[in-house]
Amino acid sequence: MRLDLALRRIAAIVLRHLYLMRGSWPRALELVYWPTMTMIVWGFTTQFLNTNSSWVAQAAGVLIYAVLLWEIVLRSQFGVAFSFLEEMWSRNLGHLFVSPLTPIEWVLSLLAMSLIRVLFGVLPAALLAIPLYHYSVFDLGLPLLAFFAVLLVMGWAFGLAVVALILRKGLGAENFAWVAIFVLAPISGIYYPIAVLPGWLQTVAWSLPTSYVFEGMRAVLFQHTFRVDYLLIALALDAFYIGVGALLLLWSFRYARHTGALLQMGE
Amino acid sequence: MSDVVIAVAGLTKRFGDTVAVEGLNFSVTRGTTAALLGGNGAGKTTTLAMLLGLLLPTAGEVHVLGADMRHHRHRVLPRMNFSSPYIDLPHRLTVRENLRVYGMLYGVPRLDLRIALLARDLQLEAFIDRRVGSLSAGQRTRVALAKALVNEPELLLLDEPTASLDPDTGDWVRGYLETYRTRTGASILMASHNMGEVERLCSDVLMMRQGHIVDRGSPQLLIDRYGRETLEEVFLDIARGTRRERAAQ
Repeated sequence: MRLDLALRRIAAIVLRHLYLMRGSWPRALELVYWPTMTMIVWGFTTQFLNTNSSWVAQAAGVLIYAVLLWEIVLRSQFGVAFSFLEEMWSRNLGHLFVSPLTPIEWVLSLLAMSLIRVLFGVLPAALLAIPLYHYSVFDLGLPLLAFFAVLLVMGWAFGLAVVALILRKGLGAENFAWVAIFVLAPISGIYYPIAVLPGWLQTVAWSLPTSYVFEGMRAVLFQHTFRVDYLLIALALDAFYIGVGALLLLWSFRYARHTGALLQMGE
Repeated sequence: MSDVVIAVAGLTKRFGDTVAVEGLNFSVTRGTTAALLGGNGAGKTTTLAMLLGLLLPTAGEVHVLGADMRHHRHRVLPRMNFSSPYIDLPHRLTVRENLRVYGMLYGVPRLDLRIALLARDLQLEAFIDRRVGSLSAGQRTRVALAKALVNEPELLLLDEPTASLDPDTGDWVRGYLETYRTRTGASILMASHNMGEVERLCSDVLMMRQGHIVDRGSPQLLIDRYGRETLEEVFLDIARGTRRERAAQ
């Protein structure tokens, strides 16, 4: 397979979604809207707690940083699922999969679009937090890049699993695209340490890369230490979850070729 | 280079207990236009989907342009294309944007030039920068045809290419397909239940009923065999399983 043609096919799918965003300002606005609103709410909450909570006061901005990092996972998963759903809503899957686009290239294009959607959605909110609340997530320094990568990949893994479910069950499973990722929220220690969870739930939490990121973030803010051990475990878990997500999707794709779902799927 | 572009042997597809097609055997020769002709539910679209590798057969083999479509379809997909009124192009993209995206997917060189040529030949210029969703049915059909021809395919698979078109537009599309085949030497396989279209375009007709090929031949041969005046009468004989069909067998 020629690499240049494979890259051109991936670029074609990315271009297709960029055309769609360019032609629809509500789609573009939606990307920025929710992360920004969430950041504003947590910004005011932080301002209040700074004077009423000794824990928050010890590490200024911990809640704003947490919400911005959580938005990365959220937007990453939505980014994968949304790009896929756009094809289903437009009844375009049949055309895509009789073209030379391979399933792997298609997955890579979904991931590329997810990265674009995350940057487009979260970056403005992160920048806006600086003049509004005088907190810059970029003050985390290089660890921010590591956290970003881990969270992005975990969102991808979840997104691929959701797409696999929709391919398998049709648009009846569409709502999972918007809610599935929230199962991670209570057990990832976004706003509180994993130690507050019941013992058995802590075991579950430590099997998620997201938990290592949020604990790692607090280590940077409270102890001024970057936990390399957390990063390595998180990366290993990421590799496992993205592998599972990709396998689920390829398996569902093959199933869809058995059932003819690729021809029939649509609104 | 082999003269056979499509070779199908023992092709069967079942969905649970339902038999969609069973034991199909046929081939299509380079440079010809063939038709799968049959009523609703005869198995035409299912057969096309298996030829494209979009649907996996329960049994049997499909070779297209020499490739086994179950395992190696990506080797030949750049050399073929497909159009169906039942699969849309993204409505919110303009005609030009759609052709650019599909041109890139098919690895078309000098894409801007190719799009300009298609726009001229298929008379898309007046609405090439309009969204596909805002076009009339006839305009959309021409856009779908442009997408199907963007890579100048050696093999074109068409599912009911003139369904829901007015007679004038339908005639125009048929004329264009004839010209395209003559100019490029491409092969065309279409699924249709439009008898006039099949009589005009096709040199070989595969008559399908309930998932089986029940007869085949040129339109004139079938008309003669059934002692009828038109292919439509032959179709009705086959669809209804009349005595003429049994006698012809």
